[in-house]
Amino acid sequence: MANYILNQITDTAAITKRNLLRYVRLPQLIFFSAVQPIIFLTLFNFVFGGALGSSGAAIHGKYINYLLPGIMVQVTMFGGLQTGIGLATDMTSGLITRLKSLPMSRSAVLAGRTFADSFRNIIVMAIMVGYGYILGFKFYKGILDALIMLAIILLFGYSLSWVSAFTGMKSKDPETAQLASFVFIFPLVFASAAFVPVSTMPKWLQHFANNQPITYAVEAARHFAIGTPLNGALWKLILWIIGILLVFVPLSVYTYRKRA
Amino acid sequence: MSNQPAFKAIKVSKYFGEVHALSEVSLSSEQGKIFGLLGPNGAGKTTLVNMLSTLTEPTAGKLEVLGVDVINNPNQVRKLIGLAGQFAAIDEYLTGEENIYMVARLYHLSAKEAKIRTKKLLEELSLADAAKRQVRTYSGGMRRRLDLGASLVGHPKVLFLDEPTTGLDPRTRSELWDIIRDLVNEGTSILLTTQYLEEADELADHIAVIDHGKLIAQGTSRQLKSQLGGDVIKFSLKNKNDIEKVMAVLKPLSSGKIIYEEKDNLVNLPVGSHGSRKLIDVVRKLDGAKIETVSFELHEPTLDDVFLNLTGIKASEVAEVKKSKKGWRK
Repeated sequence: MANYILNQITDTAAITKRNLLRYVRLPQLIFFSAVQPIIFLTLFNFVFGGALGSSGAAIHGKYINYLLPGIMVQVTMFGGLQTGIGLATDMTSGLITRLKSLPMSRSAVLAGRTFADSFRNIIVMAIMVGYGYILGFKFYKGILDALIMLAIILLFGYSLSWVSAFTGMKSKDPETAQLASFVFIFPLVFASAAFVPVSTMPKWLQHFANNQPITYAVEAARHFAIGTPLNGALWKLILWIIGILLVFVPLSVYTYRKRA
Repeated sequence: MSNQPAFKAIKVSKYFGEVHALSEVSLSSEQGKIFGLLGPNGAGKTTLVNMLSTLTEPTAGKLEVLGVDVINNPNQVRKLIGLAGQFAAIDEYLTGEENIYMVARLYHLSAKEAKIRTKKLLEELSLADAAKRQVRTYSGGMRRRLDLGASLVGHPKVLFLDEPTTGLDPRTRSELWDIIRDLVNEGTSILLTTQYLEEADELADHIAVIDHGKLIAQGTSRQLKSQLGGDVIKFSLKNKNDIEKVMAVLKPLSSGKIIYEEKDNLVNLPVGSHGSRKLIDVVRKLDGAKIETVSFELHEPTLDDVFLNLTGIKASEVAEVKKSKKGWRK
């Protein structure tokens, strides 16, 4: 048993290392991962900031304080979605065929990819916080809460990695995997508390926006960053993360096993 | 385990919906030999390799590797085998060394053991100089060698090589052949799939011919060739009506059934070995019977002939039909 667990760890570490090496060898991947959030932050801050700067979306006097947690959730989600695209790409190369013929853990190929994508998300989050500070953002609740906020976002993105792993495994090619992810992700991101207060939306949309995981993630992150009310968002988010992992980890591993 | 066949398939079928990729194929190979699986594109070779190497399960039938049931004990089988596929299964953006090291770790060698094994394999495959270069800078032959190296990390007792030389130039191909021969000399059992009769002929101790998912012949290279009648003299008739006469006149010279392809107006006369000596006799006979011919050619057996003889269809035509169907569907 101890041996089994040790092998699981070795396998996952070997695959994680491989995926991280790819990021190092393909610096354009990291580059665009870093540029994308900077563009998002700049655009949203200056496009919406003027209109929203005097409304409920201006916390501590600035929209950036409201915006940054939201956009960090959005960007780490997009980062999580890379998992499926990467896996679908691997599936079309011969590499997965080799890995499946080895006496290695069946979940390691997927887990290694999700971990590597989380590492990349950490880098992206660091860039966003740095750039956010330039635009006037500030953590108002101290270092410990700031770390909790980052951990929440990272974990949420990680759980979505597994949803993405599943769609990636089900897709016939990387392009389909990408399209499949974005169809679901856009309505979820925009009909949430990520960019504007939910109270400004029509009633029917409020019902949806108030009860979906992205809003919980954003509200929890915002609470630990700048001290807005939590409204039970944290435990609801944790339940969602556990639920997503409980469903999609076994489902993804099963699909990986079955797919030739 | 010592008396068991290297691998064995018993009435194995694989269906993908309506498509019967493999129908009731049974075969088995002795240890320490090269078993050649010969067939055109889409014949079912890869499907069989994928099932033997635990990647897919058969729809029906039983598979064993060294006596271990593949369906019930896939993980035990994975410890016995190595697989090198049609497409080099390595990461382009990793160096040769990193690729092999990763596989070594996945075989659960310790970091130190993995390093030693990687170094040794790269040296054996003359890739030591390129060890620190990313694979995308490698030539086609180097990639295949590295891929083969990755399949050897776990000291496999049975090695599956799925069209290992497809797309390689002749020199690189014969380099790979040498490596394969060395492996067998060290005691490895090999299943080699190929589209080239020449390759099966060169390497395999035993050859099975597969087409449309069915096993249509097997035996040693010599047995298959004698079944084919060895060399074949081919010619066309100026007057198609002469065919009856040709059959009668040439019967005593033929070593097998004379086949006339009416569509192409082509007579296939099997003459056994030493076809060039028979050529003169054939020309004399035809001349004596006042039969005029258009083109004349001595032909050594190829995969086409195996198929023509066994199925009446040329392998190249099978492949073309498949291709055009595919293209049409798009």
